[in-house]
Amino acid sequence: MTEWKRLHPLSPIVRGGRATIAVGTVLLLSLLAGRGSRGSTPELVIVGIVVVLGFVSWFVTRWRIDGDDLRIESGVLRRQSLRFPLSQVQAIDIVRPGLARIFGVAELRLRTGGSSGDTARLAYLASHEAEPLRTRLLALAEGARVHEGTREHEGAPASEPADQEHVLTTVPTGRLVASVLISDVGILAEAVLAALIATALLSPSAAAAVIGGGAVWIFAVLTPVWRRFNQEYRLSLAEAPDGLRLRSGLIALSAETIRPGRVQAVRMVEPLLWRALGWCRLEVDLAGKQRSKGEGQAERRPLRTVLPVGSRALAEELLERIVPDRPGVQSPPPRRTLLKSPLRYRMLAWGRSETCVATTSGRIRRVTVWAPLEKVQSLRRVQGPLQRRLHLATVHVDTAGHSVHAAIRDRDTAEADRALADLSELARAERRKKAR
Amino acid sequence: MSIEEAQSGSWWSPSPRLLVLRRLEVATLTLAALSAAGVVAALGHTTIGLACLGGALVLGLAAERFVSRRFHAWGYAEREDDLLVRRGVMFSRLSVVPYGRMQFIDVTAGPLERSFGLATVRMHTAAAASDARIPGLDRAEAARLRDRLAEVGEAQAAGL
Repeated sequence: MTEWKRLHPLSPIVRGGRATIAVGTVLLLSLLAGRGSRGSTPELVIVGIVVVLGFVSWFVTRWRIDGDDLRIESGVLRRQSLRFPLSQVQAIDIVRPGLARIFGVAELRLRTGGSSGDTARLAYLASHEAEPLRTRLLALAEGARVHEGTREHEGAPASEPADQEHVLTTVPTGRLVASVLISDVGILAEAVLAALIATALLSPSAAAAVIGGGAVWIFAVLTPVWRRFNQEYRLSLAEAPDGLRLRSGLIALSAETIRPGRVQAVRMVEPLLWRALGWCRLEVDLAGKQRSKGEGQAERRPLRTVLPVGSRALAEELLERIVPDRPGVQSPPPRRTLLKSPLRYRMLAWGRSETCVATTSGRIRRVTVWAPLEKVQSLRRVQGPLQRRLHLATVHVDTAGHSVHAAIRDRDTAEADRALADLSELARAERRKKAR
Repeated sequence: MSIEEAQSGSWWSPSPRLLVLRRLEVATLTLAALSAAGVVAALGHTTIGLACLGGALVLGLAAERFVSRRFHAWGYAEREDDLLVRRGVMFSRLSVVPYGRMQFIDVTAGPLERSFGLATVRMHTAAAASDARIPGLDRAEAARLRDRLAEVGEAQAAGL
């Protein structure tokens, strides 16, 4: 157990984000313009109230580590006391938005699993404190789980600092730029820009109007491109004893740790143009709520990108660490599937090992999904009217992740039935193995 | 052999009162449509009215057939480690939900269901797509199923 601690005194300022900048501007303007005049009093009063409120919220918020729990208390009128069991933690992220970097602070974010999964935020801590605290919390979380689970690990060093990490990959910036330029969002943006430039060259008089009217559109197509670039800039993946560590970001830096065994499913995406270059993208799906109020951009990402762009060989190497004993995909579907899914037909395949199921699908891009059988929540066999006519069926493998979905599409009915029986049997064996 | 056939002896279906309820719903709607068409015919647009009358009758019969086929498609079987639920006529589905994965179980009954002494049991897992439900169970059977699922689920509960 530790003492109650407060957050960094600058937290309210950073938390205010844009509001802080606005307040600063108002203050500056009233100081410049209002020298001597009394007109600026209301503004100053409002600014004063905001500052006092910020201070109070900082003053009443405190946290401490209490055994295996993290406790956070906050609020004046609505006093809130959060008790966060560390054994339930899925991942701990360090997030540093632009303003936080200026002030040298960082936010620590703890995520738990389940569809009602909650997020505990420690916003903000001094940068130099954040990293050691995360290591400590992760060690405690690991210790708590060992304590709860098998007794044979009793003697395992629970508080050993997990600092030795081994960097697996860092994405080269040039390749990232190239890959974003030929990705779907990139091509859309380029098409819009090219159209605008063409208009400007052909009739300079119309160009001004077009650009004026199309500013919103330009903004709309450029935002996803920028967001992608910003998030994946210099993304590096490292292997540490407490899990896989991800670091990335151009303006908003983020660092997070994905604990071993928390990955619900992995997918590899190969868009059409990337395939020609032998590139692919690797994403992992974690359990837990993906969207909730008060979470930053990084949190809203539906998936964790482990490898924004890389060669197949590199992806295979990383996959080996994330899903060991990974089956290959073989066995194309029967030819009559062409009638049901003509675009997908070339992509469809599946495979399984004793511990994992792999499927591929996709119309233009190829998406390969690996789902560990130990994570299977339920299995479904679905047959639509057209499929019944053709004696085909689809088997869905449901996991607790939200974005990655493994489906063994359009197989012969007998094969689908056998797959359903085998997979439910294997998944049961995996659950038993884990429970023991 | 498929799971479905292997369990051929032990499939349970919803209460026959569900079929009665569904048929009543269809009959009410059809009667309403028929009387509307009758009013139109009586007001002088005889051909249009009669056409509507015939149309409503055909639609009602088709709906009745669909409803009864759908009723017969519902079924569930309790296996040693998981629950099987099958449903659907156009899109036939067979779900395998392990007891250990069920996070909670809902028993709900709307006003109509309640007046027929029926209830719907819904199983929730951590995967949003699972969506396994069994409608129109006898209330006692629904309570039994809920208690049994909760009990076995607790014994076999597995983490995420």
